[in-house]
Amino acid sequence: MDRRNFIKSGAAVSGLSVFGSFEQVLAQTTGPIKIGLMAPLTGVLAAGGKEIVEGFTMYWESIGKKVAGRDIQIFVEDDASNPDIALQKARKLTEQNQVDFLVGNLLANTGLAVAEFAKTNGIPYFIPVIAADDLTQRSRIPNVIRVAGYTASQTSHPLGDYAYKTMGFRKIVTISQDYTFGHEQCGGLVQVFTELGGQVLNQFWNPLNTQDFSPYFAQIQAAKPDAVFVMETGADGLRFLQQWTNFGLKGKIPLLAAQNTTDQSVIRSLNSGEADGLISAAHFAEGAPNVQTQKFVAEYLIAYNHFPSIYGFSHYVAAIWIAQAIKNVAGNISNRPKFLDAIRSVVLQESPLGRPVKLDTYGNPIYDVFIRKVTKRPDGKYWNVPVETYPSVSQFWKYKPEEYLKQPPYSRAFQGIKKS
Amino acid sequence: MLLKHFASKFGILSLILLCLILPSLVHPYFLSLMTLTFIYSIFAISIDILAGYAGRTSLCHGAIFGTAAYTAIYCVITNHYDPYTAILLGIGVSTLVGLVFAVLAVRTSGVYFLLLTLALGMIVWGVCQRWTSVTGGENGLRGNIRPEWLQNPEHFYYFSFMVLLVVGFAILRFVKSPFGLTLRGIRESESRMRSLGYNTTLHLIIGFVISAFIAGIAGVLYALFNSFVSSSSVSLAQSVKGLLMAIMGGVGTVFGGVVGSALIISLENIISSYTERWSFVMGLMFVLAMIFIPEGIVGKLKVSKK
Repeated sequence: MDRRNFIKSGAAVSGLSVFGSFEQVLAQTTGPIKIGLMAPLTGVLAAGGKEIVEGFTMYWESIGKKVAGRDIQIFVEDDASNPDIALQKARKLTEQNQVDFLVGNLLANTGLAVAEFAKTNGIPYFIPVIAADDLTQRSRIPNVIRVAGYTASQTSHPLGDYAYKTMGFRKIVTISQDYTFGHEQCGGLVQVFTELGGQVLNQFWNPLNTQDFSPYFAQIQAAKPDAVFVMETGADGLRFLQQWTNFGLKGKIPLLAAQNTTDQSVIRSLNSGEADGLISAAHFAEGAPNVQTQKFVAEYLIAYNHFPSIYGFSHYVAAIWIAQAIKNVAGNISNRPKFLDAIRSVVLQESPLGRPVKLDTYGNPIYDVFIRKVTKRPDGKYWNVPVETYPSVSQFWKYKPEEYLKQPPYSRAFQGIKKS
Repeated sequence: MLLKHFASKFGILSLILLCLILPSLVHPYFLSLMTLTFIYSIFAISIDILAGYAGRTSLCHGAIFGTAAYTAIYCVITNHYDPYTAILLGIGVSTLVGLVFAVLAVRTSGVYFLLLTLALGMIVWGVCQRWTSVTGGENGLRGNIRPEWLQNPEHFYYFSFMVLLVVGFAILRFVKSPFGLTLRGIRESESRMRSLGYNTTLHLIIGFVISAFIAGIAGVLYALFNSFVSSSSVSLAQSVKGLLMAIMGGVGTVFGGVVGSALIISLENIISSYTERWSFVMGLMFVLAMIFIPEGIVGKLKVSKK
């Protein structure tokens, strides 16, 4: 009996030590370049996370997973849409897999958590779809760069301008998911809109995963606005547009949408025209009649049997961007400051964006922003077609960066509404 | 008898020794997993005090744990306090929250206690989600709050290990004390204890507060370790995770919390590298464990020893 107990204790000890036999990997300047890609592959945003992996790997595979003579090795980890797990995975990729840099994440809170880790650790971290404004504004981190990304308010600033000047709206209401991305998108729109002289009658904030929008519809109708700005991502976007149509409001009150609401990830499952004709603003439109864009869209369609969403697209472009920077330093990315400089100085010529793109001095790209309209294709599917272009829009719109950064970040409490 | 005693002591001692020399043997990532294991061990032990000895299964310890982490980080990043005061405040506030919860919850037992603590935990979670000016809402709070001498991961590893040893042995001592025995008495029969003249409500409240104090220590360590806290740290999932660690290891064994946390942390981090369906694998493991070793791993070892 005693002997058995002794064996058990011993087995428990050795069992624990087995976990310790991790392979020691040394940092290298030759050999493969290791990339840590994080995406929510489980949890509420799993669909978007899958497209992150699709878009990112699609580019590397198209160039044979080799850049500047070095192989590319991608480690994919699931952040489960949870900041604690994201942090744990960032740690694992950096310390165990010894990746050269981190890419990805979708939800702002996961990105912010990993950014904090990158800040302490110094590892380069690229965030194509983490849109939280302040990561390239008030709380910048030198090694966190929004490669092929965008800030939440970057595309809604021009939409505010377009709504007032071109569409002639004067009174709007906004409805948005109640989290940072929504606050910032709405903030960008209403600041520009009210500074031009427009009026915001009311702002509604629905919790994430709202099943029933009818209470909001009643209030929106009562406010009698010229138009409604809607910012709903994912399943909320689907439900909003379906219910808006079912309540007979489609066509009665004009809708302006955030880029996520008319993104392919939402409208590809709306086949009875719920999104038809919706106006939104984004730096990417899959229906742009541009050779490079159409080439990418066609290839993506063949590879994955659906149109690229903002997630797949952004990570595809990010991959091109990173590859370009790796070429510029001739594959020697172990010198981090040099590599980061190379990333910052890339002027992306050949990409599905169809026009040259570079970063501003704050680490966020300057784009031509499209005003897009959801249009039916001959094959019955819907996509976004540009109707107007705002050239060279930075994250600061037309404001001076120094002055813009003096105002607080957009939040529920601060929306930049001009008092008249 | 003596030999048996020696064998189990030997097992524990060799484990402690192994942990002490580990940093020179393994990879830094493994070290951070071990550190996390120590932190969750403390958390699981705090739950075990109530679940294992007082017979009250709590679903609000995640909230207490998270409160400590939130408080500590908030105090430092708003420049109000230095890290040491922040650590003390973190533990203090979570103990206070524990006291409030205790007063509200201890008059119930069984499934009612479970539901009441669940509700209390959800309140904290709701507050963390909505009180964005303080908690940062969905985005959480970020900030490195480790004092200078703990910045080195190896130092922090040893520090967490020492805290675990101190807490572990203190709690082992505590559950064998007369007070710990009254808690066990309450678990067996509250009415009989009351008729023997014990103020069971007061005993339970004190037990709960001590448990919250320990959970607070774990929460503060977590804040130091992660430099980050968000509402997922106060969520129900966090409480359930701690409870599962205690159950897998074996409730009412103290040491079981350590084994359970080592097991779950390794599974979480190792399986998830191989499959996206890692939560499915873990779920399956829990179900199998409940069928075959409902008394937990350490519980099972103890039983077979008899």
